[in-house]
Amino acid sequence: MKDFARHTPAARGINWNRVQDDKDLEVWNRLTANFWLPEKVPLSNDVQSWATLTDQERELTIRVFAGLTLLDTVQGSVGAPAMLADAVTPHEEAVLTNIAFMESVHAKSYSSIFSTLCSTTEIDAAFRWAEENPHLQAKASKILADYAPGADPLKKKIASTFLESFLFYSGFYLPMHWSSRAKLTNTADLIRLIIRDEAVHGYYIGYKFQRALERESAARQAEIKDYAFGLMFELYEIEEHYTAELYDGLGMTEDVKKFLHYNANKALMNLGFESLFPDSVTDVNPAILSALSPNADENHDFFSGSGSSYVIGKSVATEDEDWDF
Amino acid sequence: MRLAFYSTASGNTARFVERLGEPAVRITAGDAPAMTAPFVLITPTYADGEGRGAVPKPVIRFLNDPGTRANLIGVIAGGNRNFGEMFARAGDVIAQKCGVPCLYRFELAGTAGDVTRVQQGLERLWQARTHSNAVA
Repeated sequence: MKDFARHTPAARGINWNRVQDDKDLEVWNRLTANFWLPEKVPLSNDVQSWATLTDQERELTIRVFAGLTLLDTVQGSVGAPAMLADAVTPHEEAVLTNIAFMESVHAKSYSSIFSTLCSTTEIDAAFRWAEENPHLQAKASKILADYAPGADPLKKKIASTFLESFLFYSGFYLPMHWSSRAKLTNTADLIRLIIRDEAVHGYYIGYKFQRALERESAARQAEIKDYAFGLMFELYEIEEHYTAELYDGLGMTEDVKKFLHYNANKALMNLGFESLFPDSVTDVNPAILSALSPNADENHDFFSGSGSSYVIGKSVATEDEDWDF
Repeated sequence: MRLAFYSTASGNTARFVERLGEPAVRITAGDAPAMTAPFVLITPTYADGEGRGAVPKPVIRFLNDPGTRANLIGVIAGGNRNFGEMFARAGDVIAQKCGVPCLYRFELAGTAGDVTRVQQGLERLWQARTHSNAVA
C-alpha cells in the first residue's frame, strides 16, 4: 500500500511561546480583553425611549440595524474565514478566527435589539427589506466578489478593511445620533462595543495588508493602490445612494455623508495610505463625535485653542509596576 | 532634536511624524534614547476597554529616565475615537504622570489638517520658549 501520509506536511500545533509577529499576540490580547456579549447590555431599558420615536424613525432604525446585520454576517461567515488561507503565521489564523466569531456576536446582538424593541412582523419585514435593497446588495456583492475562493489575497484584505472601517458607518451614525439626543442610550452602548471591535479588526487586517504589500514589486504596489482607491470610489458611490435612501426622509443625509468621508479616510489610513477627503468635508457634527467617544474631549488640547490651561482628567488605570516615578 | 516618537510596526505614528517635516528621535522596543534638551513626545495609544496598557511599554521605559523626563514639555497622542473614552488616552496618562500638557490628539496617521495644526502649534511653542528664555 502506498504511503500518502509522508507526502503531506505534518500537522502542527500553534506555539504561542514562539510568536513570529508581535502584532498577532498584541491584537489577540486586545481582542480577548475586550470580549463581550450582548446579554451584558440592559437593552430593555430602552423600551420606553423606543416608544418616543415616530413610526418613520423606528422604521429607519430597524432598517439600519438589518443592514448592519447583513454586513456582520458577511464578514463573520465569509470575509474573515476567507483570509485564513492567506495567513502567514499560525497566530494570525487564531486572530482571524476570533474576528470571525466576534462578527457573529455582533450580528446576533442586532437580533437582541430587535427582540427587545420590535414585533416579529417588523423584524421579518426588515430582513426582507435588507435582502431586497439594491444598494445594500450592491455593496455586499462588491465585497463578496473580492472574498471569492482564489481571489487576490491583497484585494481580500482591502475589501475586508473597507468593510470593517468604512461600510458600517452609514449605519453606526444613527445610534450615535439617538445617543446624542439621550435616546436609545443602552442600544448605543452596545453599538459602541461593536465600533470598538471594528477598530481593532480594521487596524489588524490593514496592518497585515501593509506587511504583505511591502513584499511586492513597485509596479504591483502601484497596481494594488490604484485598486484600493478605485474600490473606495465605487463603494462610496453606493454608500451615497444607500445613505440618501435611508436618511433623506429625516433630512440627515448631508450630515451622515461627512461621517462617511471621515471614516473613509480612516479606512485608507489603516491600509497605510494617505487620506482622501479634505477637512472641509469631514467636519463631523461634534455631537456625533462626542457620542462616539464620550468624555474624551473634556481635556482641551493645548494646540486646539480654548485656553492655555489644561485639566487633568479622572484617574485612569496605569501599570504602576512599569513606571519608576 | 525637539521631537521624540514611538511607533509600532503598523507605522501610523511614524507616518504622522514624517509629514511634520521636522527631525525626530525614534524610541524603539530595544532603545530608549536619552533626551538632553527640551522636547515634545508623540506616542500612539494601546489601551484596552479599561484603559490598561494605554502607554506603550517602550515609552514608559523612555520616560523612566529622570533626565529625559525633566526635558519633556508636552505630549501629542495618537489614537482612534472608536475606542470611546479611551481615545488617545496615552496623552492623558503621560500628562498626568509627568505634569505636562497634552498638546494635541490625532487619529491613526493623522489628516492633512492635523499635520498643519501640529506644525503651527509646535512653531508657536518653540517661539514662546525662545522668547521666554530671552527675557529670562
